[in-house]
Amino acid sequence: MDYTLKEMMTIIAAREIRNDDIVFCGTGISMLAAMAAKNINAPESVIFFETGALDSRLEELPLAVGDSRVMYKTSANGGLLDSFAAMQNPVTGRHVIGILGAAQIDKFGNLNSTVIGDYHSPEIRFSGSGGGCDVASFVPRSIIFMQHEKRKFVNRLDYLTSPGYIDGKGGRKKAGLPDGGPIMVITNLAVMRFDETTKEMYLSGVYPGITPERVLMNMEIEVDISRVKEEIPPSEKELRLLREKCDHQRLIL
Amino acid sequence: MNLKQNKQTDLKTAISTYVKPGCHLSIGGFTINRNPMAAVYEIIRQKIKGLHLYAHSNGQGVDELIGGHCIASLEIAYAGSGKFASTCIRFKKAVQEKQILVEDYSNYQMTLRFLAGAMGIPFLPTRSSLGSDIIRQWGFSSEMRKATPGLPDDKLKVMDNPFKDWCDTQKVVVVPAINPDVTLIHVQQADLRGNCRIQGLTFADVEQAKAAKHLIITCEEICEDDVLKTDSDRNQIPFIHADAVIHIPFGAYPTACYRYYDYDPRYLKDYAAMANNDKAHGDYLETFIHGLDDHQGLLELVGQERLKTIQADPETGYASNLDRR
Repeated sequence: MDYTLKEMMTIIAAREIRNDDIVFCGTGISMLAAMAAKNINAPESVIFFETGALDSRLEELPLAVGDSRVMYKTSANGGLLDSFAAMQNPVTGRHVIGILGAAQIDKFGNLNSTVIGDYHSPEIRFSGSGGGCDVASFVPRSIIFMQHEKRKFVNRLDYLTSPGYIDGKGGRKKAGLPDGGPIMVITNLAVMRFDETTKEMYLSGVYPGITPERVLMNMEIEVDISRVKEEIPPSEKELRLLREKCDHQRLIL
Repeated sequence: MNLKQNKQTDLKTAISTYVKPGCHLSIGGFTINRNPMAAVYEIIRQKIKGLHLYAHSNGQGVDELIGGHCIASLEIAYAGSGKFASTCIRFKKAVQEKQILVEDYSNYQMTLRFLAGAMGIPFLPTRSSLGSDIIRQWGFSSEMRKATPGLPDDKLKVMDNPFKDWCDTQKVVVVPAINPDVTLIHVQQADLRGNCRIQGLTFADVEQAKAAKHLIITCEEICEDDVLKTDSDRNQIPFIHADAVIHIPFGAYPTACYRYYDYDPRYLKDYAAMANNDKAHGDYLETFIHGLDDHQGLLELVGQERLKTIQADPETGYASNLDRR
């Protein structure tokens, strides 16, 4: 069955979400991945937004985390204080999985969504942290969506907006952060995970037809490719539920 | 704050009375929802300059104020309008061309700063941003901070947990309180004294309102005295914080107002296209803001037919099946 790259990326993220996860969503594909998990493999997972909406019933895809569509049939409509406290509080926060994106990433999964170039005279200015830095600081697991390009997988970030493993194993503890960090990076070519011991990114999966060499050509950082496997494409059932239940208006797919 | 029984006024008077050139301002709402757009447009129309703006993620309102040449400096967590502008366009341009100064925080940090202001304490702690450049990089220099009244000397501070390892925490980041001269919010219902009822998410409006020296409220519906007091469990902001109340239906347009109307995808898309080009953006300012007398003028320009398409469905609170592509 034919599928698009976006569908592949969405489904790979969705498969990572479990029934006891509270899923923090940003805008775009991250929201779609959370909806896909809920409709396909983790019906008891809970979708939640930094704006204060918990367990939203998403009948239509929101185009921003402040969209009124996130307010429909929630358990509670609160505010920013409620949502960030729920992530900082270890009782609830330890169940949260974040889904994030960024303009740059380094080998320890630290993210830049603020500037390209010097902070004081940037070549390109981006939106900034929003809740990204908060989520990355607080929660035990996060999934990161990236476009696979050399200028995005860099040795040195122009600005560290959201902490991953900082400088490797023990980096978060040294900085004073709770345990956590990214579990995977999903791109338009491949899937990267992080080594248990070093906390360094390695290539864990490529999409059918993509070689590890091609992946390496599209990143400035060098990563281990010895553990790579081919990713399983979305099944017919996954695709059907994704297309019919999650984005029937085709706003992202 | 004031305790008057009737604070109803018109928007022109409220803005010219409270929003002074160079003052410290905060606006409510989030990205493309419940931004106080009528008030934002009135500030632009009155050409009030040099404002210091505090925002968490107030997308469209922030971008229009910057594009309208009202902002000198900005403390912010996120400048984006969802799918319509992943980074706010005039914001991006103004920062890259160094027309405005920016200080970056996270959303939680900005919210805590408003809460500290509302509580009357100098700072609040969080564990967010440890190890990040939000701590290391300061947009406002020490010299500027020391020379500017109304700004603390430091952006933030990292400190050891004063309760040792209590709550398994070794370090915290403390962020300074904000007490804006004026906060502008748009709510679904308010009464003449300024009691407010917000439906749906409150974002950080309540903290922003309570932190401010002056609060201007625009509302979809204005209620007689006892209407909101009969069911006051549903109210979030009591009148003691309020200074001015203005009845402006569609006062958040083109952003959304839950249970009243959706955002206008066509307006936001057209805005993004025009904001991307200086000449077109100049024409936008002339046609959609300066050339009009007030918000009613904008609604007439857009037309009833278009407003009908974004009318909220009573069941969902948004415009179901609205064409948003």
